[in-house]
Amino acid sequence: MVRAGRRLLSSLPALFGVLVFTFLLMRVLPGDPAVFFASGPNAGKEEIEQIRKQMGLNKSVPEQLVFYLSDIGHGNLGRSMMTGQPVLKDLRERLPASLELTFTALLIALIAAVPLGVVAALRPGSFVDHGVRLFCALGVCVPTFVSGLLLIYVFYYLLGLAPDPTGRIDVFTSLPPQRTGFLSIDFLLAGDIEGWWAACKQLILPAVSMALFVIAPLARITRASMLVSLGSDFVRTARSVGLSWHKVVVTYALRNAILPVITIAGIVFSTMLGANVLVEKVFSWPGVASYALDALLSSDYAPVQGFVLLMASLFVLVNLIVDVCYGIADPRVSIE
Amino acid sequence: MSEELLRIDDLHVSFSTRRGLVEAVRGVTLTVEAGEMLGLVGESGSGKSVTGFATTRLLDSAGRVTGGKILFRGQDITKLRGDDLRQLQGAAMSMIFQNPRAALNPIRAIGLQIADAILTHKRISKDAARAEALELLRAVQIRDPEKRMNAYPHELSGGMCQRVMIAIAISCNPALLIADEPTTGLDVTTQKVVMDLLADIAAARGMATILITHDLGLAARYCRRIAVMEQGRIVEEASPKTLFSTPQHAYTRRLVAASPTATSRIEDLVTAEERERHAAVISKPRQQLAHGTPPLLEVRKLAKRFDQGSAAVADFSMTIAGGESVGLVGESGSGKSTTSRMICRLIDPSEGDIVFDGQSIGHVAARDFHRSRFRKDIQIVFQDPNESLNPRFTAFDCIAHPLMRLDDMRAGSELRQRVEECAERVGLPLDLLPRFPHQLSGGQKARVGIARAIACRPRLLVLDEPTAALDVSVQAVVLQLLDRLRRENDIALLFVSHDLNVVRMLCDRTIVLRNGGIVEQGESRALFDNPKTDYTRKLVEAIPHIETGPALAAAL
Repeated sequence: MVRAGRRLLSSLPALFGVLVFTFLLMRVLPGDPAVFFASGPNAGKEEIEQIRKQMGLNKSVPEQLVFYLSDIGHGNLGRSMMTGQPVLKDLRERLPASLELTFTALLIALIAAVPLGVVAALRPGSFVDHGVRLFCALGVCVPTFVSGLLLIYVFYYLLGLAPDPTGRIDVFTSLPPQRTGFLSIDFLLAGDIEGWWAACKQLILPAVSMALFVIAPLARITRASMLVSLGSDFVRTARSVGLSWHKVVVTYALRNAILPVITIAGIVFSTMLGANVLVEKVFSWPGVASYALDALLSSDYAPVQGFVLLMASLFVLVNLIVDVCYGIADPRVSIE
Repeated sequence: MSEELLRIDDLHVSFSTRRGLVEAVRGVTLTVEAGEMLGLVGESGSGKSVTGFATTRLLDSAGRVTGGKILFRGQDITKLRGDDLRQLQGAAMSMIFQNPRAALNPIRAIGLQIADAILTHKRISKDAARAEALELLRAVQIRDPEKRMNAYPHELSGGMCQRVMIAIAISCNPALLIADEPTTGLDVTTQKVVMDLLADIAAARGMATILITHDLGLAARYCRRIAVMEQGRIVEEASPKTLFSTPQHAYTRRLVAASPTATSRIEDLVTAEERERHAAVISKPRQQLAHGTPPLLEVRKLAKRFDQGSAAVADFSMTIAGGESVGLVGESGSGKSTTSRMICRLIDPSEGDIVFDGQSIGHVAARDFHRSRFRKDIQIVFQDPNESLNPRFTAFDCIAHPLMRLDDMRAGSELRQRVEECAERVGLPLDLLPRFPHQLSGGQKARVGIARAIACRPRLLVLDEPTAALDVSVQAVVLQLLDRLRRENDIALLFVSHDLNVVRMLCDRTIVLRNGGIVEQGESRALFDNPKTDYTRKLVEAIPHIETGPALAAAL
């Protein structure tokens, strides 16, 4: 625990760097938020000046930075001009949606990728191995928005199995009391199975289209480390005493091979969380990434900066979790 | 007890590689009787391990038995499949491997690993299997077995790991145990303990054992019958006594000669014709140093502490005169590599001083030492010839690199000449110079490593186990080369090794290290013949000797 705390502390300078960098980047980008948020295209100079003053944009950049940092220090991420709400509130509302989607996608990806990798590694160079490779290549080379649209076309338009791809739940369903923010879990906690099923149906298509994209790296790393594991001395030992096939492959080879997969899964998770903006857009998913994109397009500084800070913190957190998982899975790594 | 347990009949094994089919075993025939221990010796690539793996059906997927039969209790096991095979493995025959730490599952507690093996062949409850595993740990003499049940391999020493491996192998009382280089990589004293244990267990349980090893001395000590393999064939099979006193096959003769013994000299290790080539140098007497000449190297009270741990080396003092060879021996963890690296100025000492040629160099930071004028004078040959050469450098580049860095030579005919001269001195054929390390054999790589070290004409050469990874016949040639270089150029040698026989031959003086401190030092012959401390005596006694014995010598 002490070490986990120390790890978090040691990541503070990096977070600070991210803060300053994003702040400066936003100032360098073209576009004047004051013009954007003025009442209309005919707004006079005075009005724009007024808004600038109100937003603090008339001050020098270093001064703005100091104000910004002190605000952050007080836990104030600023106010979004777009929604008119504090950024913190916006993010808090939208983050669970993104997390739920990403977690589900990662889970689907792992459930598909690990067996695929194992099967491929058991018979390298075989028909199965090439099939897995082809599948992975397809998953990577088809962009998520294309696979997302294809899934919608097939399962919603042609087959009618999926609900219409707009948001987390259709507007007529009454929402469960918010506990975790993950709709599927909240419905379960409220005992509303029908609602849970509705939420899951909404979730499944975007999650699958995200998962397709990351199955490839996960399956490839599983295959590679499984090959190493299967060729290792201790698997030979296991075979030499006649352990069953299942025991050799799962208990001896796979448990060792899964270690690098944990690391990659952490990286994949962080990437998915920020980079799934296309999926969120295609499925009108009210997540943080689409929120940040909208803010960026309208030169709304505060939400973008808040989003970057959130992503950086999550990245630190995910890495920490990966390390802890690694420590549990591998006794050679001490977690103290 | 002459019941035949295993009969290998004209066995052929091939491996499909990128360069086509390679035949690793070409017609091996041998028998093992119940309860006997058979030695299978040979150098790397002789096919001895492949024979073992073929017998236990553990060949890589690339390897295939292409001919012959392996009859175990009269049943041809090359044809067994699936469950029949699994019932054989572990229960009827099992195997111990070379690298014990790698042979155990790193993320599974050892108690569970033993229990896994037991549960495969016995229908008993998990608790009963656990109890049996505990019993086995006791049988292989692991201290605190209850505690060790939950230990992971990385928490155990190499010798302990090998005991656990033995426990797994004997868990279901197999009739045949194949031990593939079971003690290679372990310290001599550990080697003795593990081998004694293995022999006792085999005798107590009536297990037949095939001991696969490159060490003739080890095989001679524990086996009543030894089969010698070369290039996939068995060239000779005899009792150790006959093998050493009257070897029949030319290869056996070479192998016996190359195996260092308590009495052998470097000259004895290679055949007569090899010797004659450098006869002039060998017979050259060593220059006697005038009395009062300051030593080339003087080490005063050297100590090294790695972060927060206890001292790896403490209070280490020694001297080396020009042209002298000093051996530094000790078991793993004794601090001999740390010491040699400090003297080479690759790491910084925590305390003490190193004086080279009258100048203190101990306080020059290791990272700046490459700019010192003494860098040329102190060079090192590393343990592993495979790992210590840059895979992207050709042999020529490897040797030329120090010349360009330290002697400021530019690429050109002069450099080429120097490199070729070095290659010639170490006996490396010039047409091998454009090759990359992976295209060279172990012995050739060792020569490149030595050529690189002597390229700048050093005055002190530090050798960190330079022959540990080499076959005995190659080792013999390399040792002779080192001895010749020393005599030719008056290079002082600091020879770090765990192989006492080698040190005894090559070094004038020997220093015995233990736990970072000097236990004993003195003139090599005296020290080995008449050790003063218990520790040194234990070390010397643990060396497997080839017992030709006075009676045999007389009979010759």
